[in-house]
Formats: sequence, C-alpha cells, structure tokens
Amino acid sequence: MDTKQFERGPDLPPPITEIGAIGWLRRNLFSSWLNSLLTVVVAYLLWLMLPPLIDWALISSDWTGTSREDCTSDGACWVFVSVRFNQFMYGFYPEAQQWRIDLIYGTLFLLMIPLFLKAFPWKTWLGGFIIFVYPFIAYGFLDGAWFGFEVIETTKWGGLSLTLILAGIGCVAALPLGILLALGRRATDMPIVKAVCVVFIEFWRGVPLITVLFMSSVMLPLFLPEGVTFDKLMRALIGITLFQSAYMAEVVRGGLQAIPKGQYEAADALGLGYWKKTALIIMPQALKIVIPGIVNTFIALIKDTTLVLIIGLFELLGMIQNALNDPNWLGFSTEGYAFTAMVFWIICFSLSRYSMHIERKLHTGHKR
Amino acid sequence: MSEQATHQQPAIDDVMIELRGMHKWYDKFHVLKDINLTVHKGERIVVCGPSGSGKSTMIRCINRLEEHQRGQIIVDGTELTGDLKHVEQIRKEVGMVFQHFNLFPHLTVLDNCTLAPIWVRKMPRREAEEVAMRYLEKVKIPEQANKYPGQLSGGQQQRVAIARSLCMNPRIMLFDEPTSALDPEMIKEVLDTMIELAETGMTMICVTHEMGFAKTVANRVIFMDAGEIVEENEPHEFFNNPQQDRTKLFLSQILGH
Ligand SMILES: Nc1ncnc2c1ncn2[C@@H]1O[C@H](COP(=O)(O)OP(=O)(O)OP(=O)(O)O)[C@@H](O)[C@H]1O
Ligand SMILES: [Mg+2]
Repeated sequence: MDTKQFERGPDLPPPITEIGAIGWLRRNLFSSWLNSLLTVVVAYLLWLMLPPLIDWALISSDWTGTSREDCTSDGACWVFVSVRFNQFMYGFYPEAQQWRIDLIYGTLFLLMIPLFLKAFPWKTWLGGFIIFVYPFIAYGFLDGAWFGFEVIETTKWGGLSLTLILAGIGCVAALPLGILLALGRRATDMPIVKAVCVVFIEFWRGVPLITVLFMSSVMLPLFLPEGVTFDKLMRALIGITLFQSAYMAEVVRGGLQAIPKGQYEAADALGLGYWKKTALIIMPQALKIVIPGIVNTFIALIKDTTLVLIIGLFELLGMIQNALNDPNWLGFSTEGYAFTAMVFWIICFSLSRYSMHIERKLHTGHKR
Repeated sequence: MSEQATHQQPAIDDVMIELRGMHKWYDKFHVLKDINLTVHKGERIVVCGPSGSGKSTMIRCINRLEEHQRGQIIVDGTELTGDLKHVEQIRKEVGMVFQHFNLFPHLTVLDNCTLAPIWVRKMPRREAEEVAMRYLEKVKIPEQANKYPGQLSGGQQQRVAIARSLCMNPRIMLFDEPTSALDPEMIKEVLDTMIELAETGMTMICVTHEMGFAKTVANRVIFMDAGEIVEENEPHEFFNNPQQDRTKLFLSQILGH
C-alpha cells in the first residue's frame, strides 16, 4: 500500500444528545422555550383528562351480563353493547341466516389475502374480480333469490355489515365513474362531453347527500311508472355512488393536472392512442398522486353512510339508535355513541394507514 | 405561397421528410413562416437558431405534437392531415427525444422501452424485452434495466430515452435539444450515443447548439430565426462562410465564448 494514501477516518457515534430517548425529547419536545411550554401544558391537560376517561371506559366499567341490572359500578356499561352486539353487526337479518353474511365477508377476506402477497401473479385479475364481479355475487347471496335461499329483503339488512356494503360498493362504483368524469371534464376538444361532465359534477357536488338520499327514496318513486318498484337499498346505493363520483372526479382531476405535459407528449410521440396513453401512462401516475385524496373521500363516505338512517335503512349508527329507544336500555347513549365512534375510528384509521403503506410502496425514487 | 405547394406529387423514394410552404400560428402569433425543407433518407440535419425562433415548433410539427395550419408535411410518403390514421402511422415511424427526457417515472427502464412496442406494435413481451435489452446495450446501460428513471443520472436518463425511441424501430429520429438539460460531463455520453446512431444511417433532425456535433455529424445545418429558415448549408460552409448577417451575428454569439 502507498504510505502517502489518505487514511479514512473512523466512523464516530453521534453525540449522545442527538440519539436515543433523550435526543428525541430534546429535538421534538423541548427544542425552544415555546415548544417546552406547549409540551408542559399539553402534558398537564392529558393528565387531567386521560385518567377519568380510562377509569370510565376500562377500569370501573361492566362488561358481562344480560341486562342493565348487571351494571353496578359507576363506569361504562358495555353490557348494553354486548347484549345487542348481534344486532349491531347484522341488523334485522334473521339469526338463522346470518351465516350468509359471515360467509360473504369471510370469502371476501380470504380473496383479499393474495392481493397482499408479493409473489401472487394474478393480482390484476383477482382485484378486478373482487371489484367488478364479487359485489353482484354478494348482493345475490345476501338477498337469496338468485341462489334459491330464503329471500331476505334489504330492509332487514343492517348494522355494521350494511355500513360496509354501502361504503364498499359506493367506493368501488364511484372510482371508475369519477375517473371517466374527470377525463371528460378535461376533454377540451369535445365541448359537449366536457359540458355534460361539468354540469354533472357541479350538480352532485352542490347538493347535500341527505337531499340526494331523500330524493332517491321519496321523489324517485313518483317518477317511476305505476307498479315499478325499485329496491330501497339499491336506490340509496345509486344516490351515494353518483354523489361520491362527483367528488372522486375532482380528486382525480387534481392528479391529472399535476402530470407534466411532457408525459403526454412522450406517449403521443411513441404512437400511443388516447386510451392507451391514459390507461398506461397518465392514470397510473395521476392516481398515485391522489391516493391521499381518494382515501380521504372514502373515509368521508364511510362516515356519511350513517345518513341512510333518514330513509329507513339501519346501518351501525341506526341500529344503535334503535337500541337506545328500547325502554330497557334508556339512558345508555354515551356507551352507544362511544362504541360507534370507536368502530368507525378503527375502520377509518386502518384505511388511512393502509393508504400510507401503498404510497410508500409505489414511491419510485425522486421525480425526474 | 408558392404554386408548387399545392402541386400533388408522390414523394421520391428516397425523400423521408418534406415540408412544403408550411405555416403555423399560435392564435394570432405567426411562429413558422413558409418553411420548405426536404430531408433524404440517411441525412442528418442540425437545426440551430436563437431562442424562440421556432426550432422546437418545427420539428414538433413533423410528428404532429403541434398542428400546422397551412402547407404540407409529408413524412415517409404519408401526408400529415387531421386524419388520425395518418398521424398514428407517422408516429410509429418517427422517434422523438426531448430536452427533459420525459421518461415515464412509474415504469422501470425496461418497461419504458417495451411499452410502445408491446401496445403499439403488438410485439410479444418476450421479444420486446429482447429488443429493449439490445438497445439498452447499445446505449451502454443494460445494467440499469430494472431501475426506475428517478434513480438514474440525467445522462443515463437521456440515453434510456434514446433507447426507448429506437425500440419502436423508427425510420426517422427527431431530437429537441437533447443535451441542453445536462451537466457538461454527461453531454458527451449522450452525444457519443447520437454519433453512433448517426453511423447506422438513421435519418435524423437534431435541434442543438452543440456545434462540435454539427460539424462532425451533420450533412446540413439549418439556421432559423423568427420562424423562418434563414440559411441552409453543409456544415463546413455554414460555419466558415455564412451568407446572411443574422447567421453571422448568431454564430459570433455562440462561438464567441
Ligand atoms: N404553446 C404555445 N403557445 C403559444 N406560443 C408558443 C407556444 N409554444 C411556443 N410558443 C412561442 O413560439 C415561439 C417559438 O417557440 P419554440 O419553442 O419553437 O422556440 P425554440 O426555437 O425551440 O426556442 P428554444 O431554443 O428556447 O427552445 C416562441 O416565441 C414561443 O414563445
Ligand atoms: Mg426549443
């Protein structure tokens, strides 16, 4: 070896104040006097609020029993939830037939597992099946008529399973429709298509969901010919989908606007036609950019499904309110709403984390 | 406009690109004025001129990234009109390399190269991948095939962009300032790739200010100013004996420092 060669210095550990718990505290909680003050104030507030909450919800609460007499301590009475749990999940779906719901959700869950496996080669096909075919199978299975089961009308469906049907189908149907609307709105060379899309989007964005639901259940039948009936759940789903697709369209349009002109030009120059360019080059990039916006819209929809209560569909919150009207369980609204909030929070939070996971996975190095 | 612009005459075999009395406007702004240019098979044309003179616009008209309003553009015997069939036909035969590479950031280098052959030329994936690897080797980056464009240097990205165009097996290549977004040490690797391409007999139109490249590679240099072709000559004459004052001024500016 050449003796004059420059010696590489040893790697030193960083100063103790930069790493570990102490370093983290210094950097994040006590970096300035204002930050320190905020830390102290927030810690004090937490100390005031958390212990009573934990005490109410977990420590001096009752969990087991069959009636309100079993709630003896002064904390939360979760017995209310556990006694009614079946209804909160399945609504008025007859207990003897509830295996159908279990089977549908269980199958869905199993079908989705391969989507998370790296090595599974037919992800696109399976995803397509789950999105475009499975909802119809599920609907037929739960309704029963197509499969020769006991027919269970949609008015009997309810609880969390209905919430998930409304939100799931709403999302799945709204995304493709929203994509088409967004593309239509940008089709400057087709003024009529563009105008139709703009009017559609602005109309549905401008009316409250609650009005849409009212109109779908109260007004729509007025326009249908005598004797034609249209399932109430179906009407709600259509209303939700149209409403949601308008929002989705605007989210997607935001993504489209972020795609540089050069991407379109490169695709054009290679001879890709409009649909190939859109499907292979533009949409994958645009959708990736707007994943947070899409998930945000989905989360809003999941919570908005509670509005179907006003047209007489009893999803989770509806079932809870229904239970609260039971004379035997008057006065347990805090538990009921806390439980609902918790369930919704778990669903929405998981979705939000999942979207962050996808974002990280799709990240392909810094831009250009 | 000249009378012969309307005179329909099948292009001679060996003419690849023909612009006849071509005009273009952006709204009211007259960007290209009476452009006449004939490019023969295997010719290498370098286009230069001051910023805003319409160089990019002119070559972008050749694969209809921009639409011309008057005159004719005939590429490889097909006239560019509003007819989408013609446009598609011509785009298959004409490759383009951009100043900012315009690689597809969501696809790997290999997928960038195979996308158009698979979806436009309907080539089986296997074959497309073989072709792509061959061209990636030609531009000397086969080892980057499975990386994403965002992980490559500018020079590497531009070479991928060249390979991507070549995978469509084009008869004509257009370059719009392919090196002007690159750091000096990367310019050479891209120019070398282009020189090699020129040696294969590819018909090329190249907008560039790399005068060294023009001198060694071009058959003809075209000088544009204010939307017009001001002067057109073979490189030696063009640089040593420019005829027009505007050309002299331009050359003194870019060669002066
Ligand atoms: N989409 C457009 N709309 C309106 N004007 C445009 C458009 N694109 C270019 N122009 C104008 O047309 C003229 C020619 O532009 P072009 O890009 O062809 O110039 P260039 O010679 O390539 O210049 P540079 O060397 O800067 O790339 C410029 O004055 C420019 O401002
Ligand atoms: Mg330019």
